[in-house]
Amino acid sequence: MTKTPPPVLDLCKLEISLPKGADRRYALEGLDLTINAGEIVCLVGESGSGKSLCAGAIMGLLPEPHVRVTGGAIRFMGEELRGKSDAEMRKLRGADISMIFQEPMTALNPQKTVGWQIDEVLRLHTKMTKAERKARALEMLERVHIPEPASAYNAYPHQISGGQRQRVMIAMSLVLSPKLIIADEPTTALDVTTQLQILKLIRELQEEEGAGVLFITHDFGVVAEIADKVAVLCRGELVESGTTDAVLNRPQHPYTRALIGAVPALTPPPVTAASDAPVVLKGTGLKKTFAARGGLLSGKRKAVTAVKDLTFELRQGETLGVVGESGSGKTTVSRIVTRLLECDHGSVELDGTDLLAATPKELRALRQHIQMVFQDPMASLNPRKRVVDLIAQGPIVHGADPKKAREDAKRLLELVELSPAAANRFPHEFSGGQRQRIGIARALAMEPKVIVADEPVSALDVSVQAQVLKLLADLRDRLKLSLLFVTHDLRVAAQLCDRIIVMQKGEIVEHGLTAEVFANPQHPYTQNLLSSIPGRDWTPPSLRTDAA
Amino acid sequence: MTLHMPPILTYALRRLVQAIPVVILIMIGTFLLLKLAPGDTVDALVGDMGGADAAFIARLRAEYGLDQPIWVQLWRYMVKLASFDFGWSFVYEQPVATVLMDRVGTTLMLMAASLSIAFTAGIVLGAIAARRAYSATDNLISILGLVFYATPSFFLSLMLMLVFSVKLGWLPVGGIKTIAAFYTGWDHVWDVVRHLIMPTTALSLIYLAFYLRLMRASVMEVADLDYVRTARAKGAREGRLMTHHIMRNALLPVVTLLGLQFSTVLGGSIVVETIFTLPGLGQLAYQSVVQRDMNTLMGIIFLCAIIVVVVNFLTDLLYARLDSRIELA
Repeated sequence: MTKTPPPVLDLCKLEISLPKGADRRYALEGLDLTINAGEIVCLVGESGSGKSLCAGAIMGLLPEPHVRVTGGAIRFMGEELRGKSDAEMRKLRGADISMIFQEPMTALNPQKTVGWQIDEVLRLHTKMTKAERKARALEMLERVHIPEPASAYNAYPHQISGGQRQRVMIAMSLVLSPKLIIADEPTTALDVTTQLQILKLIRELQEEEGAGVLFITHDFGVVAEIADKVAVLCRGELVESGTTDAVLNRPQHPYTRALIGAVPALTPPPVTAASDAPVVLKGTGLKKTFAARGGLLSGKRKAVTAVKDLTFELRQGETLGVVGESGSGKTTVSRIVTRLLECDHGSVELDGTDLLAATPKELRALRQHIQMVFQDPMASLNPRKRVVDLIAQGPIVHGADPKKAREDAKRLLELVELSPAAANRFPHEFSGGQRQRIGIARALAMEPKVIVADEPVSALDVSVQAQVLKLLADLRDRLKLSLLFVTHDLRVAAQLCDRIIVMQKGEIVEHGLTAEVFANPQHPYTQNLLSSIPGRDWTPPSLRTDAA
Repeated sequence: MTLHMPPILTYALRRLVQAIPVVILIMIGTFLLLKLAPGDTVDALVGDMGGADAAFIARLRAEYGLDQPIWVQLWRYMVKLASFDFGWSFVYEQPVATVLMDRVGTTLMLMAASLSIAFTAGIVLGAIAARRAYSATDNLISILGLVFYATPSFFLSLMLMLVFSVKLGWLPVGGIKTIAAFYTGWDHVWDVVRHLIMPTTALSLIYLAFYLRLMRASVMEVADLDYVRTARAKGAREGRLMTHHIMRNALLPVVTLLGLQFSTVLGGSIVVETIFTLPGLGQLAYQSVVQRDMNTLMGIIFLCAIIVVVVNFLTDLLYARLDSRIELA
């Protein structure tokens, strides 16, 4: 026996089988991974790479018997976890191995108070008295920097903000000082500034506790921010692992090189002198207030101003980015300019015609010129219609000959780099990136002048995201399209947008050329946003040759 | 409101105030509905007498205020209702209120028993089926549910009577108590229970099937949610997941259905009460229609409407209690 303590987690040739009929036999094939105390190891991969199932296997929470561990070893503190009984695993779960989940809203029980949910861990694993448990829970809430822990203790999850919910989740996971913390995309659902705070918090607590952390993410920016070591998964296989510096800056495997090459660099496009192009879309003094639900008798209806006094111009062939955090009103803007949402005040001129003042009949004609691409390509395509009908539907509604519209639809599929053979298939037969291409083809079918894209690449993996962004840029240049591009991701904005407007609480706090705003942000809010971008100090190495 | 009250009280009060217009609309609706039907009380009375001359009929109408314009009649009716005066029943020779009071207990008893059995058994069986989804137990429960769901209550009533009263002689065939037995104390209670077993079963099974199916689906949905996974990751055992995390969230849609279905249960009791000759509101309603006892009928409809409003109010309160996301203030 040597004196060095065993690693917190040691995965050895871990193999997880998928049920028959899945796209591959193994979710994970021979994964080797070691996490020492005080180490943060990032497990990186795109969706479907098997990274979340890896977490499930360690916790003993795989959806058995369909998905199960069929080979290899899972050693926790030198002890084999495979073959442990359910009762033995329950003792470890929550106490020695704990987990932080992605979506703090759904990961907390909506019917129980924050305090109750932290208390539950202590009740399950310790013999502390009620008073001791409460004191411990309050202390944890304090440690995760929740303002007024006492009132948060009695609050329900829906009564606190997203970032605070994730703090509660972390408090809950760390309350018994576990030796291993598994964090499954813990910041993906959060705003960029909140994300940075949470990453710092995880780092801080982990250093205090000396725990080992398995951090699952798809975001190389986050990796750059937090990881000590990185392991890259591709379709269940470990393709590369090493120190953060080695993997991020000198990736060896072609897959890693492609992934890192697809991360948008924080360098905005060069300033183009196209500012004399005609204005195609112009919003003036837009205002939208949502009346909150209130009682008949209480009389107090709190109104929420989503957009107040917003003015902008979009020129032909230009991309205008609308950036901001959740609740800043950017989606409301995209809905107003397409008149999918009625606005309280202001005008939206499309080629000189006010869209907001148009009669229903005029509006139908105008709609042709302004089309939308939505965030979730699965939810925004009717699952019961064939692709060709989805694309041709718009033109047919507007009086095009159905036969010709369908022919055009097939041509459009080629334009978005899909096979025309895809025309007769249904949306679920495509991958996320392909579906978004269909969404773009659908918008293009109307031959619009303006495309309003609301977070079109947020649901996509980074390599697919790069392809879709490139496609959008190509189409914009070829078809002289103007893009109003709503995004929360400043990297994406830097990649595509000529000019950006930064929104906070329904107001524009800063606008200008992307390059200038990024180089020299004026407003404190913009400065804060830019300095919160994960991995902002890391410039992805230029790997153009592989990135194609 | 500056008064400092617990939120649940303010909420309850607000809900009550909101119910007032509903009740008024129900009054007007009932009145107009029955006015639209051909014939009135005087026609029925005269018919019973075997005919009368026009002057007598006119005098009767004047006496009962039936010669007044319809809105005057409506106003008088509403004023009387406001003081719980439902008028006079010519069939029972008693004030309608007295007739109703005699009957309402039986109906409420039947409904309370049916609904609580249907609800309790439904959620328990539904939860069991969901936790053992696609197993033999689940199949058995689901098939049972389907059978209950597909059996009309009148058919079930007759079959129960045939088996348990006629063939086996275990249970009384109808009524609410044994006539001329004059039981007292627990004997009386037991007697009433024995009389209620079959009607309750007949009325509850179909609702049991509703709750069972909804609860099964609801539990399966909730069991897949993230926070159940979180609880599992905290080291909670399966039983605890069920009692502390799944049940309360899964109950919400079932409680909504319970409130919505109360009125149909009330409707269903007409059939069951008539078959089992239970002296309740349902049977009374049936007889009043046949005998054209307008005042009684209006009283029944109004009373039932009030019961439904009250039950919906209680369901709302229960729902607010169950779902912490509902803002009470």
